[in-house]
Amino acid sequence: MEIALSGAPAETGRRVAIPLGGPGPRLLIGGLALLLSLPVLVVLGSLLAPDAEAWRHLAATVLPDYVANSLLLMLGVGLGTLVIGVGAAWLTTMCRFPGRRLFEWALLLPMAMPAYIIAYTYTGLLDFAGPVQTTLRAWTGWGHGDYWFPTIRSLPGAVLMLTLVLYPYVYLLTRAAFLSQSLAVLEVSRTLGNGAWRTFLRVALPLARPAIVAGLTLALMETLADYGAVQYFGVSTFTTGIFRTWLGLGNPVAAAQLSALLLTFVLTLILLERWSRRQARYHQAGQRHQPIRGYRLSGWRALGAFVFCLVPLLLGFLLPAAQLGAWSLSVAGTGLDAGFMRLTLHSVGLAAGASLLALVVALLFAYAQRLDPSRTVQLGARLAGMGYAVPGTVIAIGVMIPFAWLDNGFDGWMRATFGVSSGLLLSGTLFALLFAYLARFLSVSLQTLESGLTRIRPAMDEAARSLGLRPHQVLWRVHVPMLRGSLLTALLLVFVDVIKELPATLVLRPFNFNTLAVRAYELASDERLAEAGPAALAIVAAGLLPVILLSRSISRSRHVHSA
Amino acid sequence: MSIQLELRDVSVALGDRTIVRDIDFSLQTGSIACLLGPSGCGKTTLLRAIAGFEPIASGEIRLHGSTVSRPGETLPPERRHIGMLFQDFALFPHLSVAGNLGFGLRDRSGPARRARIDELLELIGLRDAQHRYPHELSGGMQQRVALARAIAPRPQALLLDEPFSSLDPERREQLAREVREMLKRERMTAVLVTHDQLEAFAMADEIGVMSEGRIRQWGSGFDLYHEPADRFVADFIGQGARLPATVIDPRRVATELGEIQGAKPHGLAPGQAAELLIRPDDLMHDPTSPIRAVILERDFRGAAFLYRLRLPSGAEVLSLAPSHEDHNIGDRIGIRPAMSHLVLFAGA
Repeated sequence: MEIALSGAPAETGRRVAIPLGGPGPRLLIGGLALLLSLPVLVVLGSLLAPDAEAWRHLAATVLPDYVANSLLLMLGVGLGTLVIGVGAAWLTTMCRFPGRRLFEWALLLPMAMPAYIIAYTYTGLLDFAGPVQTTLRAWTGWGHGDYWFPTIRSLPGAVLMLTLVLYPYVYLLTRAAFLSQSLAVLEVSRTLGNGAWRTFLRVALPLARPAIVAGLTLALMETLADYGAVQYFGVSTFTTGIFRTWLGLGNPVAAAQLSALLLTFVLTLILLERWSRRQARYHQAGQRHQPIRGYRLSGWRALGAFVFCLVPLLLGFLLPAAQLGAWSLSVAGTGLDAGFMRLTLHSVGLAAGASLLALVVALLFAYAQRLDPSRTVQLGARLAGMGYAVPGTVIAIGVMIPFAWLDNGFDGWMRATFGVSSGLLLSGTLFALLFAYLARFLSVSLQTLESGLTRIRPAMDEAARSLGLRPHQVLWRVHVPMLRGSLLTALLLVFVDVIKELPATLVLRPFNFNTLAVRAYELASDERLAEAGPAALAIVAAGLLPVILLSRSISRSRHVHSA
Repeated sequence: MSIQLELRDVSVALGDRTIVRDIDFSLQTGSIACLLGPSGCGKTTLLRAIAGFEPIASGEIRLHGSTVSRPGETLPPERRHIGMLFQDFALFPHLSVAGNLGFGLRDRSGPARRARIDELLELIGLRDAQHRYPHELSGGMQQRVALARAIAPRPQALLLDEPFSSLDPERREQLAREVREMLKRERMTAVLVTHDQLEAFAMADEIGVMSEGRIRQWGSGFDLYHEPADRFVADFIGQGARLPATVIDPRRVATELGEIQGAKPHGLAPGQAAELLIRPDDLMHDPTSPIRAVILERDFRGAAFLYRLRLPSGAEVLSLAPSHEDHNIGDRIGIRPAMSHLVLFAGA
């Protein structure tokens, strides 16, 4: 170490804490990356050996339905999230009306509501015996069969549900874009003869376009990935089709091929987003010099803005949360028994394990990138982080196939050699489940850590070293304190994602092993809506944690802007 | 010549704090004025009130004869036909140079718009850069595009908010002169806001010195330097020091530097205590003079040294001396006052 310090200071200066080199670490990172991308590779690999018969059958029967429904869902959810997300972002950043400061963060609340939970909540709210129709009958005096009521369990219903919980993605990113826009740019447009509305259309919107597209892409990726809501509403999409082909028809090859097709949809979305960002050949010019004063709305306009922001908040969070609360209270006597405690323990244990595991692996990748910014390592990190774009259903298929193959192979060998069956060693174990979570959610940890690490500029390492700290001391006295927030955020985000995750858990969990999400889904599927209440409410409560984190950062940014 | 922009007793309040009060001036068509003052003096707020971004609390703003602001009534910025040049230029990053120039020409026909854009590209000498995007331009080029964009719709007046502050100090004055020439060629009435007096001198026909929300003096750069109306203006414009003085008669005062006589009557009564403004060029270096001063600091300015001197009484003054005479800090040198007119402020 001492030799390195005096002999090659420039070298040790860049290479941050631990001089890392040689093929060993790179092999480790590369191997880990390959392992984590195994599910995706398996699914894509299924395209190489297509089962022509199954494919023809799918194409002749259900495939057109899957494609059409998935596209219609995306179209509807895309339009819905665009209007609500962009509209609410503009109103809360650029206009002043009663309730604005509350809406600014409260509009994020629906993010805490998983789609499958809001879907079954609305089913309960709107069905014949539910509070809405009961009230309607009480007011009008109508009886059974006297009136027509729209059914929520339909494609438009699914569009509505997904829109209500996914618009926050568009809102969040668009709002950040509006906030970062130079106020002077908007004012210049006004001095050049454009009113507030025209300035919005001609300047603010085009400038925010990359952010809007990014938010929209996230919302659409979630739409494609949704299983619980569409399954519950009986809308056939790729995800429900994959389940049916695998578990119903017992055809894993066809299921993998459907998954690959779904992946190409996701990939197209990602490429479109990249392309749109490249089309925007500009950098954001200028910085905000003064806080936004905003257009003061009054009278009808203020009321309109208030209602525009209130409706998504009310329908996307307040109303369903209230219904879940009411259901939970109604079963409080029987619902919160030892069984419920066990579910909670399972969920929390799994989520804690997965988030810790993801943190450790993400730390490995993040530091490997920092210490050895070679192409191999960069590629490895990208490969390992791919999972988040991949629907949970696809990950489940991609984990199931190779694990079953390994189990069968080992079992066959054991039987042939020793005459005993080894049974299932990997499939249907917690190990498989944790591996799937890791493959899917690693990028959440990784991105959080990467952004945290970029704040620790190399000059800080160098400063610490020049002040006499050894590499491991730099790690403990500079990196750990500066990264603490990012570490906690990374843990929290993965924790909550795992608690909410449904399709992969449903497929990969060990026999008779239930989590909150799985139990809520099963009870709801059995029309035992009220009994599903406590589990669903617990999931929503966990989902609130990252939302609180986000809204805190929003109020902090507001503080900075008004300072 | 007609009056293009007129402010009468204008006050502006943000919240319940009055930022700007009793502003009163008018500008002839085609003249360039500057609001000069330290940061926080209210100059930018006043500019934004003229543009229509801030309502006024009292008074009236008239543009080309019609009222655009009075208490409770503010014509929105987009209907004022006022151009504005912002500190960071605020070019639209999603539009090319030509797109930026054409942004405010929406109500013109295609050919008319094209012709005006071409004319402006010619004016700022950026014909070849018309398809480039703002981030591909240098600071000076961005500045010119922003200026051309602001004057493209031939506004009634152009407002410039610290337009040179984001550029290199060396280039500021040169650009200020260039901008001045362009504005004069277009016969544009303009109001500039800055805290940099050299910028103001290079650019403006008339200058209003502002402090604490008020205009302390309105005049040419020459007048502000040589005939400052009060102590604030005297200190803010140029360098110098104030020395206690006693009035002897209508033209003479007694100071530590001896009796000093001005060319014109100074207007104070004999026997009155006052302060005499002494600019660095008012003090000559003279080895034979009986008045000696100790050098506290010296600043090499190329052709001259600027010395900070301490007089026997302890008062400090500045003196500019040719640089071929080199003195050291701590040296005692002879000085002699040499001024043609006296700037006196009553009271000590």
